[in-house]
Amino acid sequence: MRKTRLMGAALRRLAAAMTSGMALCLVAITLCCVSVQDAHADALDDALAKFSTDRFPDTQAAIQELAATATPRAGAILDALAASKLSFDPATKMLYLTAASGLVEAKTGAPASGISESQLKRVRLNNGVRSVLQAAQGALTLLSPDPAKRLSGAEAVFKSRDLTALPNVELALAAEKEPRIRMAFEQARAAILLTDKAQDDIKRLGAIDIIKARGDQDAVSLLATIAGASEGRVKLAAEEAAKSIQARLALWGNVQNIWYGLSLGSVLLLAAIGLAITFGVMGIINMAHGEMVMLGAYTTFVVQEWIRAHSPALFDYSLFIAIPLAFIITGVIGILIERVIIRHLYGRPLETLLATFGLSLILQQAVRSLFGANNREVGAPSFMSGSFDLGGLAITSGRMWIIVFSLAVFASLLAVLRMTSFGLRMRAVTQNRRMASAMGIDTNRIDALAFGLGSGIAGIAGVALSQIDNVSPNLGQSYIIDSFMVVVFGGVGNLWGTLVAALSLGIANKFLEPFAGAVLGKILLLVFIILFIQKRPRGLFALKGRAVEA
Amino acid sequence: MQKTPLLDTKGIVFLLLLAAAAILVPVLFLATPANGALHVPAYLVALIGKYLCYALLAIALDLVWGYCGILSLGHGAFFALGGYAMGMYLMRQIGTRGVYANANLPDFMVFLNWKELPVTWWGFNHISYAMLMVLLVPGILAFVFGWFAFRSRVTGVYLSIITQALTYALLLAFFRNDMGFGGNNGLTDFKDILGFPVQSDGTRAALFSISALALGLGYLISRAIVVSKFGKVLIAIRDAESRTRFIGYRVETYKLAVFTISAMMAGVAGALYVPQVGIINPGEFSPTNSIEAVIWVAVGGRGTLVGAALGAVLVNFAKTWFTGVLPELWLFALGLLFILVTLYLPKGLLGAGADALARLRRAKAQTKPLPAAE
Amino acid sequence: MALATDNPALTSSLLYLDGVCVSFDGYKALRGLSLVLAPGEMRAIIGPNGAGKTTMMDIITGKTRPDEGDVYFGGVQDLTKMDEAEIAELGIGRKFQKPTVFESHTVEDNILLALKAPRHAFATLFGKAAADQNDKIDSILATTRLSEHRQRLAGDLSHGQKQWLEIGMLLAQDPKLLLVDEPVAGMTDAETAQTAELLREIAKDHSVVVVEHDMTFVRDLGVKVTVLHEGAVLAEGPLDVVSADPRVIEVYLGR
Repeated sequence: MRKTRLMGAALRRLAAAMTSGMALCLVAITLCCVSVQDAHADALDDALAKFSTDRFPDTQAAIQELAATATPRAGAILDALAASKLSFDPATKMLYLTAASGLVEAKTGAPASGISESQLKRVRLNNGVRSVLQAAQGALTLLSPDPAKRLSGAEAVFKSRDLTALPNVELALAAEKEPRIRMAFEQARAAILLTDKAQDDIKRLGAIDIIKARGDQDAVSLLATIAGASEGRVKLAAEEAAKSIQARLALWGNVQNIWYGLSLGSVLLLAAIGLAITFGVMGIINMAHGEMVMLGAYTTFVVQEWIRAHSPALFDYSLFIAIPLAFIITGVIGILIERVIIRHLYGRPLETLLATFGLSLILQQAVRSLFGANNREVGAPSFMSGSFDLGGLAITSGRMWIIVFSLAVFASLLAVLRMTSFGLRMRAVTQNRRMASAMGIDTNRIDALAFGLGSGIAGIAGVALSQIDNVSPNLGQSYIIDSFMVVVFGGVGNLWGTLVAALSLGIANKFLEPFAGAVLGKILLLVFIILFIQKRPRGLFALKGRAVEA
Repeated sequence: MQKTPLLDTKGIVFLLLLAAAAILVPVLFLATPANGALHVPAYLVALIGKYLCYALLAIALDLVWGYCGILSLGHGAFFALGGYAMGMYLMRQIGTRGVYANANLPDFMVFLNWKELPVTWWGFNHISYAMLMVLLVPGILAFVFGWFAFRSRVTGVYLSIITQALTYALLLAFFRNDMGFGGNNGLTDFKDILGFPVQSDGTRAALFSISALALGLGYLISRAIVVSKFGKVLIAIRDAESRTRFIGYRVETYKLAVFTISAMMAGVAGALYVPQVGIINPGEFSPTNSIEAVIWVAVGGRGTLVGAALGAVLVNFAKTWFTGVLPELWLFALGLLFILVTLYLPKGLLGAGADALARLRRAKAQTKPLPAAE
Repeated sequence: MALATDNPALTSSLLYLDGVCVSFDGYKALRGLSLVLAPGEMRAIIGPNGAGKTTMMDIITGKTRPDEGDVYFGGVQDLTKMDEAEIAELGIGRKFQKPTVFESHTVEDNILLALKAPRHAFATLFGKAAADQNDKIDSILATTRLSEHRQRLAGDLSHGQKQWLEIGMLLAQDPKLLLVDEPVAGMTDAETAQTAELLREIAKDHSVVVVEHDMTFVRDLGVKVTVLHEGAVLAEGPLDVVSADPRVIEVYLGR
């Protein structure tokens, strides 16, 4: 409904443009119909007359002729027909249409007088008429001053491949300046040429090249239809072209899937990376890890609330404020947890698991009491919204930044572990606690700081995840099992393993989804990991040898 | 050789209490006037009956965790599977009394436009088949899972995490409508069991007594296992797994056996639970439920069986009380319980009690405490 | 199965290792280790840290699989194809470097679990105790001087007592071959001497492989010595001969 009304409006604007002597359109119309105003009027009358015979073939002819006149009223009349608002008086054969203002004469648009709707008979539609009508409307929009309209009009012609639209397309093509729309017109023309068996092979082969260059699913189905209906060189060329497009599409499809997979994988990586420190490197089972993520997300929420209340201009920077804050808050909480609880449970992993699970319950309930059980709204800064195309890829900015961010966090963590003296001491402690202690390293302090680091990274992850997930007290729970799976799959104590595991699980998930559905895909992956752990209990990149047994 | 008796003092006390409850609660429920001082109201019968089922689950869990060191975070799955098997029987008993009055299909299947009963539901109209499934479904799942896990020597927290993943995967699966187990809503609106209306006083009382009986039986079976040489091997595995291998025991066979037996007991607990609470839904598979069961065992004292049952009843009593009076505080309390028990009461209430007693007896001569079991 | 019956070194041996290699993440723990132990023989294995002593034990007992090489027991049993429990049932017992006993079992139960008896789950669940079981436990406890500690928890024993209990468990297994890893680590001199005596007694009717650092102890044993270095045999022979070997001296003292 809305669309047809818009189209009507566009045509009215077209009419206005024409009356003000827009050269382009005049040229077009002159080319189309040899004589000018009079011929117009005649053709219009002829066309309109055919609507009132109440026969479908006549209606079809009427539509085509009406469109060919390209008069300003044609658009309004066709729109009315499409909306079943075109009627005729069986007595006078006069055409009327029901506009928003009431009944008007179809030809002039003037209010109808002395007649009521009950005396009128509706112009009937069937599927044949409808398809002709659509093509005609498409042809009319080809000349619209609105580029978007012209583009969609070209698309409509491309899909309908209505032979009668060819003159309109040629016309529009001649007048078109914008390369993108020119291309659309060329494709539309090619589609028509291909459909028209009367055209010679040279033209049709040229058309196939153009369609092939278009390279999408519609092009494939068009070429398939053509191949089915043609013979000889054209058939071969069409088949060839369809195959090549399909191969390209399949490739892009896979690339897109990989992209989605990377996106999911980066989320998994963010969630798991802190755990790779606490569980992977330090061997602490922290079931409250997910709650650290959750606290990071709530930190973002609080920061944004404060910004909204105090200085809305800062909103775009809210995430940059939240990241260090979340790191500090969750990091400090992590250090507290280590000092108060975990310190007493070293060497008793199962007890650590239980105690930290209890802690996760407390943290969840605390957040629920403070912020309520419902989802909290965390907004996206402007650079996180929007999307763009890259080749055959559709990329949303938010997802892209999360991938970049997760890799950045990963890289900085590696750098901290490899290049700082803290990292060195931490690796020393995890490899040989007693030796490290003997060399004067304060192992207690390192333990606490390392746990704080892992928790802080979880908090940072929470900032990022607040952008794509519901911020609720249960946020962390949905990540904890996945995170453990990633770390275990990747191989405990191996950060690179965590990276590879997160990304490959993300990609595997996205490739499974089309076959198995989202939930079943997830179940399949869980089952796979369960089986995998049994085959390689120490993960993808396991450390072997005696060190592991100790 | 000194033989450990099947029943020790705390076992006898436990069984006596259980027998008393099995007789007294139904009698006080059915035979005393509703406003009498000694009357046990219907809700309390169902509530305690539920506790008894939890206690059986706790004993099953203690058998694998307390004696064999397998911390299963997925025992709730076996419980729920037993519950579903019973729920399916109860659904089939509804017959034409459902909303859609379909003699063959449960309501939710009619609602989903299914035409035939899926194979998974065949036979569940017979109680004997349903009972068999209550044992077999959790048993076979545990066997297959354990066969893979134990054979490839997945131990410790790794095992815990994959058992958690197991119940999580089942949770996701049972939420799906096309699994054919009622999806989100699960199975409910039960009418009768073995021809007796589920809601009637007599059935409630009977279910209560049967639960008590099952708990007693579960305890006796577990106790018989742990006092046998088999049980000594289990403890050996718990304390020094590779040593046990090197003196020639097939550790995986032992683990598999005890894991499967335990899963079947959990299944029975679930099956008795469902008719008493009147519903089973995928929520029972939630990993939190399984972990909660672990804390019951930890509170009561793992490796004591009686303690596990005691812990289940105590923690659930506390849960009922808190959620009634201070609902906001329950999760704080439960969380604290996890932390405090692991930090200060690693052997649980019974273990701490036994230690205190032993210390009293030994007086000052030998005061070296036992090292904490790994 | 047996490679070639015409290999007298294999057929007459109790334990036969030939060209065994194993590596962990590129680190070659064993490189072509070959060792032959005759039935009834007692052998001491010495070597510096990282020489591959413990890895060799792991290979023999089925804990680690070799990358290449042959490991045969009694000339016919291919140990590379068996797991720990199977190998233990064949009659190879192992004592770890760090004493590992079942700490929450009594001393008696520790021995009982190790006693030669059916190991199946079914047998332990429903089986009856053998009649002579008690006598065997008595004699083993007497041998290992633990009779008075019979009802104590193994976890309450002293370090030395745990070592002996572990040896007692080996005796209870009644294996054809005992692998003993550093039995006197952390023992007093008196305990060390007693342990040496105990091992010699055991060696009367069992084959024994002892890994040890303690040279006085090895001297006390007075048996043939194999020196391992970097995953292969460096020297073999009586201790006096071996300790005079310049390569051995270099390994222990040099660089």
